[in-house]
Amino acid sequence: MTTFNDNRLHADPGIDGHHPHHDVPISSEGATPMQRDRATTIFEKGAAGRRAFVAPKLDVPEADGGELLPAALRRAAPARLPEVSEPELVRHYVKLSRRNFDLDTGFYPLGSCTMKHNPRLHERVAAMAGHSRLHPLQSPERSQGALELMYNLERALGEVSGLPHVSLQPSAGSHGELAGVLLTRAFHEDRGQTRTKVLTPDTAHGTNPATVTMAGFEVVKVGTNPDGGVDLDDLRAKADEDVACLMLTNPNTLGVFDPNITEIAKIVHDVGATLYYDGANLNAIMGKARPGDMGFDIVHFNLHKSFTQPHGGGGPGSGPIAVSDRMKPYLMNPRIVRRDDGSFDLDDHGYEKSIGRLRGFQGNYGCFVRSYAYICSLGAEGLTDASETAVLNANYLLAKLREHGVADRLPLAFGELCMHEFVLSGAPMKKDLGIKTLDLAKRLLDHGYHPPTVYFPLLVDEALLVEPTETETRETLDGFAEAIAKILTEAGEDPQIAQNAPYTTPVRRLDEAAAAKKPVLRQPL
Amino acid sequence: MSQYTAVTDADLAEMLSAIGVSSVQELFDRQIPADVRLSRPLDLPAGLPEQEVYAHLRELAANNVSAEDEITFLGAGMYDHYVPAVIDMLLGRSEFLTPYTPYQPEVSQGNLQAMFEYQTAISELTGLPVSNASVYEGPSAVASAGYLARLANGKPKFVVSRGLHPHSRETLQTYAHGFGAEIVEVPLKDGVTDPDAWAAAIDGETGAVFFQQPNFLGAVEDAAALASAAKDAAGGDSVVVVGQYDPIPLGILKPPGECGVDVCVGEGQTLGNRLDFGGPSFGFFAATEAYLRRMPGRIAGETVDADGRRGFVLTLQTREQHIRREKATSNICTAQALNALAGVVYLTWLGKQGLVDLGELLLQRTHYAREQLAGVAGVSALHDQPVVREFAVTLDVGGVDGVASVIRRCQDAGVNPGYALGRDYDELGTGLLVALTEQRSKADIDQLVAVLGAAVAAERSAAGVTA
Repeated sequence: MTTFNDNRLHADPGIDGHHPHHDVPISSEGATPMQRDRATTIFEKGAAGRRAFVAPKLDVPEADGGELLPAALRRAAPARLPEVSEPELVRHYVKLSRRNFDLDTGFYPLGSCTMKHNPRLHERVAAMAGHSRLHPLQSPERSQGALELMYNLERALGEVSGLPHVSLQPSAGSHGELAGVLLTRAFHEDRGQTRTKVLTPDTAHGTNPATVTMAGFEVVKVGTNPDGGVDLDDLRAKADEDVACLMLTNPNTLGVFDPNITEIAKIVHDVGATLYYDGANLNAIMGKARPGDMGFDIVHFNLHKSFTQPHGGGGPGSGPIAVSDRMKPYLMNPRIVRRDDGSFDLDDHGYEKSIGRLRGFQGNYGCFVRSYAYICSLGAEGLTDASETAVLNANYLLAKLREHGVADRLPLAFGELCMHEFVLSGAPMKKDLGIKTLDLAKRLLDHGYHPPTVYFPLLVDEALLVEPTETETRETLDGFAEAIAKILTEAGEDPQIAQNAPYTTPVRRLDEAAAAKKPVLRQPL
Repeated sequence: MSQYTAVTDADLAEMLSAIGVSSVQELFDRQIPADVRLSRPLDLPAGLPEQEVYAHLRELAANNVSAEDEITFLGAGMYDHYVPAVIDMLLGRSEFLTPYTPYQPEVSQGNLQAMFEYQTAISELTGLPVSNASVYEGPSAVASAGYLARLANGKPKFVVSRGLHPHSRETLQTYAHGFGAEIVEVPLKDGVTDPDAWAAAIDGETGAVFFQQPNFLGAVEDAAALASAAKDAAGGDSVVVVGQYDPIPLGILKPPGECGVDVCVGEGQTLGNRLDFGGPSFGFFAATEAYLRRMPGRIAGETVDADGRRGFVLTLQTREQHIRREKATSNICTAQALNALAGVVYLTWLGKQGLVDLGELLLQRTHYAREQLAGVAGVSALHDQPVVREFAVTLDVGGVDGVASVIRRCQDAGVNPGYALGRDYDELGTGLLVALTEQRSKADIDQLVAVLGAAVAAERSAAGVTA
């Protein structure tokens, strides 16, 4: 029924600690202990009067609390927070943590997210009191170490991107995008121009169009050519004097490096617009190519991707931006400056035509410490090695999938080679085997893998976006390719196995429609 | 190969052969045009072994004066509360530290349930029915509330109290310039938002109003009065009343949900997060039911799995950028999940009574500190409003430079007396903002009084100010 090369699959069972195929359950009979352990929130635990916190004694002369704070301003009844002892608290959250899949435990090839190893050195240095207990309003004379670190990080990011002027302030990639589009607005306004439109390719991350609207512009979509790059004719047709900016990811979300980037930059610049680089995929090109050299005016970095800030289950992130000379006057204040005597200072008015602040204080410094430590550890050579290995690993995984015959069911959406990630289309798999990309993803969970990104980019039917990163071993990539092949073989025999998967996870497939229909968003008390 | 990659020469040979290329460089040469390839090494220092990176970062840390190195009364938006050990332990666990956003709920129940618990805690704290799972931090949360109002009622004017944190006002201004709203500021009077100016500034074109509780000068505002005056002056309920709250005093302060506040946002740093020179922390965002479908960011909801067991998922995602794209309620993607986890663990650690105890303790100590400082020659209270964790004084030392000099003198004596208001308020050039946490004891306060008293006296004598 299938054409997959099954011989290889049993050659080396249990590689890298993953389950050999024949051990992966194919039904849910007999729930696992974790499944039987019904989810109970911390608000349903404990008992009145229990506590983990002991308040310091009142050491000042007691005044009448009713006089200090009149009843009209006071809370009538305490907030119904949990009442638990410290051991209960610890057990609850440790048990909860065990219901997560995490990068330290297994392969996490989530496309566009760059789930690379998080060195623990970074946690150690970020926790040093000199960094972690430094108040953001400490005077510059007494925060020289922090300012020096930020200054050095700015310079390193400027070098990696080829754009010399850096602001570390944005809190995440999407925040950096907002900064970039607002900078673009300021740039045009400064020239007395009112431009209304921002171009985004149809392959763009959702944050791009959402940002454009937030910044008060209209989104105009640009098409994709058969090779996965920007459709130049469509771009030429849409690039006019009303266009403020083109937002681009390169390599884009299809894993394709746009070979026409110089021409694209020319078209955009010829109509007086700016060119914005979404840095989500920077991990493909560090030390190999630079957005600034391609003609970009603005780039945002995702420190939680390329520069390995741990993702924390959805943040914190950090989204510094780097810009060209012409965008520099509009950068966010305050600006970190180095004085002639070698000391560092924060200048509230450092950029004369600044768009203003985008958040409080100086940005996510704790993330800066980690990413700076990463850059110090790797240096120029190591960062380049990271991108080279990321691209090597992605192409190797693609080759292994082809070797297993997976390409017939999950063909590469564009091109032959890829950069640091690649997009497969599950359309033939769905047609021939009756399982959707979602089913494949859920079945991968039973094999001990986090699935790739699914159903993105939207342009590709039944998309599967795979980004292995540079920190995975060849053995892990081999094991993953085998698991995919095995799932397809299994689906050829019985598609219901994947359709009903997963079986081994803390809960099974969840009813998302019900959750949205009648939202229960907090514990009823 | 670096310490974080694993391709040996033997691996490389096999991998290249499987791909069908002769070198790694060929992968780049075949995909990136020559004219945009970087033909030189990056101009960065060479990599260092772990112990040397540690030493370098330690050296940088040593060039900072942290809250461990001085007795600090700095606040103004971030506060040196104690972070319990359980938070370090739990947040350091791989299972919480290293996953991505929970796109696969079956293997993210820990994360999703923690979000659900966090939403419950924020809802309890604020008295508002719905909370999202976190936004970046305080000031940008305020700006996001502005965007919510813009989408909800389309009105072009925001009325903002000058008691709102300067960073919040600036951030709101930055965002509003983009999506199109004008900002009108309302001055303070006697330390709180001037009620007459507030009512006069608000009209039928007002889309949202913003105040802070306690305000930037530490004063407790009459939130209920501000909210009802706003609705009256705007002539209806469509105006969005936004309050930026410090969550710690909410143990004793009337919750915004009982004051007519529609959207309550704030800086979550005080809930179990380190100072970290300003971040990462988290912003909280809670609202009335009416604005549920306009909220930014992730929201976790309860559901059941295929076997009928209780579980949690990201829900109401049709608000979000990855689904709605240009029509999304916000562009936010990655938020502050780990920091929000610290928030719910902290609130659990404090517990129902602990948050009240902490609030009462801070109330007493803040009152004591204000009384004591007001008794110092050259120091007087800037206002007489109720204060719960922070207060403002005026230093009679001749102006902004005098205040800066007093702060330096105090820091040389090991005490950081607080924040100079002149940086943000021209009209308060001699103001000093003094913050308390449970880590500042009576003995610390007494030391502040002695050190600040001596510094003010020395400054007055140096500047020739007569008593």
